[in-house]
Amino acid sequence: MEKTKLKNVFVQGAISSEFIGNSIAKHQTKTTIGAHNIFLGQVRADVIDGKTITGIDYTAYEEMANLKFQEIRERTFAKFDLTCMHIYHSLGTVNAGEICLFVFVSSPRRRIVFEALEYVVEAIKADVPVFGKEIFEDETHQWKQNT
Amino acid sequence: MQLTIKYFGMIAEATTMPEEQLQIEHCSVSELLEKLKIAHPKLNHMDFKVAVDQQLVQENYTITKEAEIALLPPFAGG
Repeated sequence: MEKTKLKNVFVQGAISSEFIGNSIAKHQTKTTIGAHNIFLGQVRADVIDGKTITGIDYTAYEEMANLKFQEIRERTFAKFDLTCMHIYHSLGTVNAGEICLFVFVSSPRRRIVFEALEYVVEAIKADVPVFGKEIFEDETHQWKQNT
Repeated sequence: MQLTIKYFGMIAEATTMPEEQLQIEHCSVSELLEKLKIAHPKLNHMDFKVAVDQQLVQENYTITKEAEIALLPPFAGG
């Protein structure tokens, strides 16, 4: 029972502001939409024991992650009256200050997009097998863990 | 039966390999993990979940056919 083709959520490297801007522009033809809401995850330059994080190297169990993104998408559409939803996540190195997660939800009305966006982002953090190696300025590393 | 065991993130770092093949009779996930922990002792001290063919399972789950097993350290998406 093959369902709709699984979307690939992953992009190599950081998500650029041009890409995000173009995504917004593409929705100008969808005139039933009255409200968009966007979440952008940005890599923080945390300082741990005096060492600064310069970036995160993301890897994923891609087949399972794309299945989980699909499940989250289906759950969210079942729960909220959304017109559309887009999710992009980085793989590979994303430097501090760059964007690693872009979630974009749209609906006729504003209240729904506030709730739906939080729901999607929390589900991604909890359910999707993505792994992050936090690289320090001296090239040592530690493994990121969502809390 | 043949199992493909995949390692990710800090688990792959500990096993020093991204994946390996294993020939084994029907077994529970916990029996499989016992074997893997003998081969890769660092796994004894690590926190991970197990997926069989992309679905998370508990340790009492029984593997009865060729499958892809993944050891998944804590998630860090976003």
